[in-house]
Amino acid sequence: MVEVHLWSGLRSLTGGRQVVEVEAKTTGELLRELVRAHPQLQAPIDAGVSIAIDGRVIASGLTEPIPPGAEIYLMQRLRGG
Amino acid sequence: MSKLHVSTTVNGDAVEYLCDPRETLLDCLRDKLNLTGAKEGCGTGDCGACSVTVDGRLVCSCLMLGVEAEGKQIETVEGIADGDILHPLQKKMIEYAALQCGICTPGILVAAKSLLENNPNPSEEETRYWLAGNLCRCTGYDKIIRAVMDTAAEMREAS
Amino acid sequence: MALDDRKSDFNFVGTRPDRPDGLDKVTGRAKFGADVSAPGMLHGAILRSPHAHARIVRINTAKAEAHQDVKAVITRADFSDKPEFRPGLEGEFWNVLENVMAGEKALYDGHAVAAVAATSALAARDALKLIEVEYEVLPHVTDVDKAMAPDAPVIREGAADYSVPEGMHPNVVRYHESGHGDVEAGFAEADLIVEDSFVTEATHQGYIEPHACMGSLGADGRGELWCTTQGHWYAQKYCAALVGIETAQLRVTASEIGGGFGGKTTVFIEPVALALSRKANRPVKVVMSRSEVFRATGPTASASMDIKIGMKKDGTITAAEGIFRLQGGAFPGAPGDMTAMCAFAPYNLTNVRQVGYDVMANRPKQAAYRAPGAPMGAFAVESVLDELCNQLGLDPVEVRLKNAAYEGTKANYGPTYPRIGLVETLEAAKAHPHYAAPLKPGQGRGISCGFWFNHGGETSVSLALSEDGSAQVMVGTPDIGGSRASMALMAAEVLGIPYENIRVTIADTATLGYNDVSHGSRVTYASGLATIKAARHAIERLCERAAAKWGIPVDAVKWENGCAVPSGPNAGDFDPMPLADITADMGATGGPISGHFEATPEGAGVSFGTHIVDAEVDPETGKTSIIRYTVIQDAGKAIHPDYVEGQYQGGAVQGIGWALNEEYIYGEDGRLQNSIFLDYRIPVASDLPMIDTVIVEVPNPGHPFGVRGVGETGIVPPLAAIANAVSNAAGVRMRQLPMTPPRILAALKDNG
Repeated sequence: MVEVHLWSGLRSLTGGRQVVEVEAKTTGELLRELVRAHPQLQAPIDAGVSIAIDGRVIASGLTEPIPPGAEIYLMQRLRGG
Repeated sequence: MSKLHVSTTVNGDAVEYLCDPRETLLDCLRDKLNLTGAKEGCGTGDCGACSVTVDGRLVCSCLMLGVEAEGKQIETVEGIADGDILHPLQKKMIEYAALQCGICTPGILVAAKSLLENNPNPSEEETRYWLAGNLCRCTGYDKIIRAVMDTAAEMREAS
Repeated sequence: MALDDRKSDFNFVGTRPDRPDGLDKVTGRAKFGADVSAPGMLHGAILRSPHAHARIVRINTAKAEAHQDVKAVITRADFSDKPEFRPGLEGEFWNVLENVMAGEKALYDGHAVAAVAATSALAARDALKLIEVEYEVLPHVTDVDKAMAPDAPVIREGAADYSVPEGMHPNVVRYHESGHGDVEAGFAEADLIVEDSFVTEATHQGYIEPHACMGSLGADGRGELWCTTQGHWYAQKYCAALVGIETAQLRVTASEIGGGFGGKTTVFIEPVALALSRKANRPVKVVMSRSEVFRATGPTASASMDIKIGMKKDGTITAAEGIFRLQGGAFPGAPGDMTAMCAFAPYNLTNVRQVGYDVMANRPKQAAYRAPGAPMGAFAVESVLDELCNQLGLDPVEVRLKNAAYEGTKANYGPTYPRIGLVETLEAAKAHPHYAAPLKPGQGRGISCGFWFNHGGETSVSLALSEDGSAQVMVGTPDIGGSRASMALMAAEVLGIPYENIRVTIADTATLGYNDVSHGSRVTYASGLATIKAARHAIERLCERAAAKWGIPVDAVKWENGCAVPSGPNAGDFDPMPLADITADMGATGGPISGHFEATPEGAGVSFGTHIVDAEVDPETGKTSIIRYTVIQDAGKAIHPDYVEGQYQGGAVQGIGWALNEEYIYGEDGRLQNSIFLDYRIPVASDLPMIDTVIVEVPNPGHPFGVRGVGETGIVPPLAAIANAVSNAAGVRMRQLPMTPPRILAALKDNG
């Protein structure tokens, strides 16, 4: 199981939980499993999210491997100028 | 509206064109003579990207009408190099990385050349004030000012 | 890539050769957006709304169409809301279309409502006067706080996304909240709490080259587009969708680009030129005037912000809270979330909470501007930190060092930081002679830190070798600040051939795979990484050919200093085989040799900077002079240090403009009051001192040479650093940007 830390604004979509546990080996699986566990997370994921794996920000990739025990944070999708 | 015939000299070449009385010298250089080195950044004389000299005087070509060029001597960025030999200012602009996007560079070169012809030994303050009519959004001017002042020093030494 | 795999000794990287496009740019030869023409070309012009908010009742184009010089007139009806290959434009595609050409309503002063193509630029301009538009003027709002108020006019119902809490005004379209710890408990531990509010106005990217393009589109659905853009694949995708053709049938070529800074990451006139061209069946060129650039293209967001920070007497921050309200024009997209995530990012905080709002108002659709959202947040937060330092009598650099984030710190936006370089920039600031230099009466010093995420993005690079041993590199990221030089340096480093033997070209959309826009400080990072990997790919091929010639296994060949060499004494005794010896007969030894790389690199690496600035305020006139300025920033690894310095200097000076002069000024009528450079005053040479730079290099583990993007971070600290310097010089806290002379005089007067 991977512990996924959400940003606090998402608590209203997960019944107040800011940490969600899912089974996932890649970033894509992780997003899919998040929605399976909490269907209301579909909206923020569709709006664009990035995933930080042990502090490394994966902007959009769905195939990045998630090592066991990694620190995982969901972040709003980054934009640049 | 009928067009007017203009005969003038650009970078030493005799040229002629037909223009609408409302068209600027910049329009005529770019659209009729295909000299697209001078740029239109504002059309109101604020940015200096269209700088040229007319009978030796530095002007914004967007503020002068094409018909006013009749009988004048116009110099543009295309005339700064001597054939394949770059002017020292051109060399220094490259050497100092004094351009990023390069859109203001033609105007800066025309204005800086005019500065050095008027004042071969400008102070930093004089250089900054002379170029105050040439906007650059990329560089913060630092490397431009250094390139111009170093060119001035080198040209003084050479002469 | 592990840290110890990374290359650290370089032959080419870190040197300062002349840029490859230098000659073209000093002779006037370089072709920018407006510098092309084509046989039979028409000129387009766009009619724009004079109203901030109005229903478009009727558009009568008959008189314009009847004019002999006019070859086409278009309105929204000529664009595709439902293109065949992308059914139903929605989301950002719909927003961009709505911005490119108004639908039912004009949403801001300058919003496009119709366009013409005529035989000359003058004729096109004249023909606009023949188009009759009947408007029903609606109430408007341009201020962010007023746009959130219960009685504010609604820009568009239903634009809010999932995130907006119930009960908010429909103009609030996104809400972000994040942080960790318990801020109330943290404030209870503080010896001093400072709580204050700040306002910044919208500024424009201010690139000197107005938007310009030439489009050609036939009835067969095939088109060509030449335009000045930060991303021609983006232009291809959006233009194709908006005019309803297949993406691959539109070939887009990027011109030389005369500045972008985020403002050329979208399309405005390009779909208009294509739609006009399709109707007139001739190429159409459209060039914006400066006034059109100001009225209708991407300013940054304006902001209203509340900050509360608690500190112990020793300088330890106990809690920090920020509320950031950003106004981004009549469309969703103001980066309130980015502002919130970046504002506290330099600090190691136990208790932090940040809230961001994206708010719509009757202004042009905001576009990205250099670290979008970050500078205004830094202004508010770093001003409060400065005030805390002043009131507690603490040194501002020491306090920042005491609270600085480092490897292992839990970032305010969640994750744990990997190796970062903030502390190194602060140590460099502390040690810099500028920080110890004496100040004269009337002068003040300000410092600020700044943070930006940086970006990777989709990237494709191809590298082809020639028989004579030279190399051509095709990249897809428009060169906005000398990146071709950096690419050539990185290719030279890997291939081991001279910098001068490499030509880097910005490929068009038909000759290379997809590339994300030149934004997010990604070019030297992502296209650089792809160039390195494409070169390594070509080297694999070169080693294969050498192995075949020597009759040894390919794994017994390695590449050193531009030559194939046996990998060890057991591999055989052969003289090094130079690249040019392998390419000379490559056609007969297996065919042309190229290298490719396509990926979305995901290791951009965040970046920090610290700025020091001295300002002098004239108490009689309120005028501020910048006396001395030093930029210190982590570049990871500077590939071409001249252009890294250039990014630092340019970012600082744009920040000086934002802090002191630049602002969008709207009248009561909702019309922009200052749409020319005379009234919207960007810094000129005589306003400024030299801008000193210090390049700190804390290598990014996500890049083979350690590169971090450098383009954006440099504009994050200046607003705050200058505001702190001005506040310290004037003896009064400045809470609103720009700090124009009237605002400074008013603040001095209020202060008695």
